Amino acid sequence: MNQTQLLERGRKLLPWVAGGVLLAIMTGPQGRVGQPAYSISQALHPGHLFESIAITVVVGVIAQLWAARPAQVRESITQLRSESSRFYARREVRYGVYAALLAFAIVLPHIVGAYWQEVLVDKIGIFALLAVGLNVVVGFAGLLDLGYIAFYAIGAYVAAYFTGALPVQPPFILNDFYILFFAVAAAMIAGLILGAPTLRLRGDYLAIVTLGFGEIITILAVNLDSVTNGSRGAPGITSFSFHVFGINYDWGLSQTPYYYLLLVFAVVIMVAFHLLENSRVGRAWTAIREDEVAAQACGIPPVKYKLMAFAIGASTSGFAGVLYAAKISFINPSSFTVLFSILVLVLVIFGGMGSLIGPIVGAAAIQWFFAYVQKHDGAPIPGIGVKIPIHPEDIYLYVGAVLIIMMIFRPQGIIPSRRRAREIGLAEHGIGGADATGAPVGSPVS
Amino acid sequence: MSEQPRVLVDVSHVTLRFGGVTSLDDVSLQQHAGEILSVIGPNGAGKTSLFNCLTGVYVPQEGAITFTAPSGATRSLLGGKPHDITQLGIARTFQNIRLFNALTAFENVKIGVEAHQRTGPVGAMLRLPRTRREERDGDKRSFELLDFVGLRARANELSASLPYGAQRRLEIARALGTDPQLLLLDEPAAGTNPAEKRDLEQLIRRINADMGVTVLLIEHDMRLVMSVTDRVVVLNFGRVIAEGAPADVQRNPAVVEAYLGAPGEGGDGDAAAG
Repeated sequence: MNQTQLLERGRKLLPWVAGGVLLAIMTGPQGRVGQPAYSISQALHPGHLFESIAITVVVGVIAQLWAARPAQVRESITQLRSESSRFYARREVRYGVYAALLAFAIVLPHIVGAYWQEVLVDKIGIFALLAVGLNVVVGFAGLLDLGYIAFYAIGAYVAAYFTGALPVQPPFILNDFYILFFAVAAAMIAGLILGAPTLRLRGDYLAIVTLGFGEIITILAVNLDSVTNGSRGAPGITSFSFHVFGINYDWGLSQTPYYYLLLVFAVVIMVAFHLLENSRVGRAWTAIREDEVAAQACGIPPVKYKLMAFAIGASTSGFAGVLYAAKISFINPSSFTVLFSILVLVLVIFGGMGSLIGPIVGAAAIQWFFAYVQKHDGAPIPGIGVKIPIHPEDIYLYVGAVLIIMMIFRPQGIIPSRRRAREIGLAEHGIGGADATGAPVGSPVS
Repeated sequence: MSEQPRVLVDVSHVTLRFGGVTSLDDVSLQQHAGEILSVIGPNGAGKTSLFNCLTGVYVPQEGAITFTAPSGATRSLLGGKPHDITQLGIARTFQNIRLFNALTAFENVKIGVEAHQRTGPVGAMLRLPRTRREERDGDKRSFELLDFVGLRARANELSASLPYGAQRRLEIARALGTDPQLLLLDEPAAGTNPAEKRDLEQLIRRINADMGVTVLLIEHDMRLVMSVTDRVVVLNFGRVIAEGAPADVQRNPAVVEAYLGAPGEGGDGDAAAG
């Protein structure tokens, strides 16, 4: 490489350096009263500035190397991809992969420390379950639900109610396993009540209505003090326990038993949803997502099927809410803010909409990243000895950036569903629209 | 046929307006069970509007449309949702093909076949016996229909990757999957080549004769219209201007005028002569 080429490369890195400065300012300290320049002067402190620029320049160099990859590398990647997808398309390979993943999930809590065990349950497990449920709404039916966490809150508060943890006393105290039925029913009814009028609306309106609903539930939880105990929350929710045939088992507050409980539920739910996707109902959802007018011409009532997806998603969310409440034993409204609705959506989009294990992978990857940054904040990474220059309070900034990059280079997510990947591929070639979450809904009938 | 044929669809005095534009003006026509009826007319004559009134997409301001099921029960089609009308036994294809592009040919047909099945989410998640039986029946019927339109060999190809003529036939197979009494074909020959047109002609005949499905056809290709249809209705500016056997309609002066313009009207007469 000669000097001019090098200079050219260097020049291309300039925007990334500018991006680094911007990042430094965005991740800098908060301002102080009476010192208007404090925040920016601290943000541009050489150490911090250098770290930020280092992050963006490294990303920039990787992006340039990737863009300038030689044709040979390009070809071999394409070849590898088609070969691996052909390999993976074989049924026995697919089941082998699932079995290996399950085996890994079973041994996982025994090979990690206490901190990661907690992360596995509270952060990854619960959110994986939520993501699997939202995937039915977003991935299968193509509806954008921004108030998904409201149903999770409903499930959690139902659990609190029936274990006697709320100021209002229930007629009878129930075991958590029975509460699951009540919570699923309550969340489903809430989903039907919200969905029946709003699912007649087109995509963006639905998003706004659900966003509003999510806010309403949070505000109710804060302000309905006499029922929910307000922002002080509900302490003392009993844990899952099992008393049949003289066998008594209490899940208590420990991590590993809850992990396995979650794992069993998650596997059962995933198998059920997989069957659902490959059934008449799943195909009807695909049809509606692709072309609502043609779907109607095939005798599919769109509102009914959308409502079905919405209710199934809501019930899964309510189900996860009970597990969360029983595990943590304490809930308060701050666990149910709109941020969590967005987070679950991010997990689904990142992992791959409409795919079976995509949402699980999304939950694992992003929640792991959160927990990792939280754990190593300010401390050097063991083994390497360098501090990671990412701080927990800026974490959503980085996740947002990753999501933008994903949307450009891999809009179908890490592990996409085959149908979804095809749809996106076709839409990029101008064949067909996407769905309620994306491209405009079917053009008027000719 | 000595006795009066049974009326399947009765359109009487239908008027459809969009603001100041009258798209259908007092249109009346009857379709008998078992016949192939063509609706022809120049662009903008209201043919597709008529289809959309039949399938519940538009609701006309005046008039009535009724559909008589084989059981003898008569129902109004006005105000019915498109999916209800499909369930009643009226299937359609679209002028600009509307297949589910990311699905295979087989899956497209299967979605049509599943119109009358009853599996719900619970049955699907638990794989109940009925679900399994319906899946099996659906697979079988879908393959039969793909065979019928000659696409069995391409069952697992993406519908978007099929050639144009095959997409037309696939759309017809999907519509037939819903087990219709009446099939509405909206310009099925548009954009197809002569060989595909001949196949289509055969296909329409077989749908009518072998499957016993009544066909209502909108078409510009006069050769196809004249060769397959029993009766022709001509629309112009939203009005029925002629009706009758293909050969009679062809000689009707009002029809010739609608298509070619009145003689002596500018240079049109010369063009018609040439």
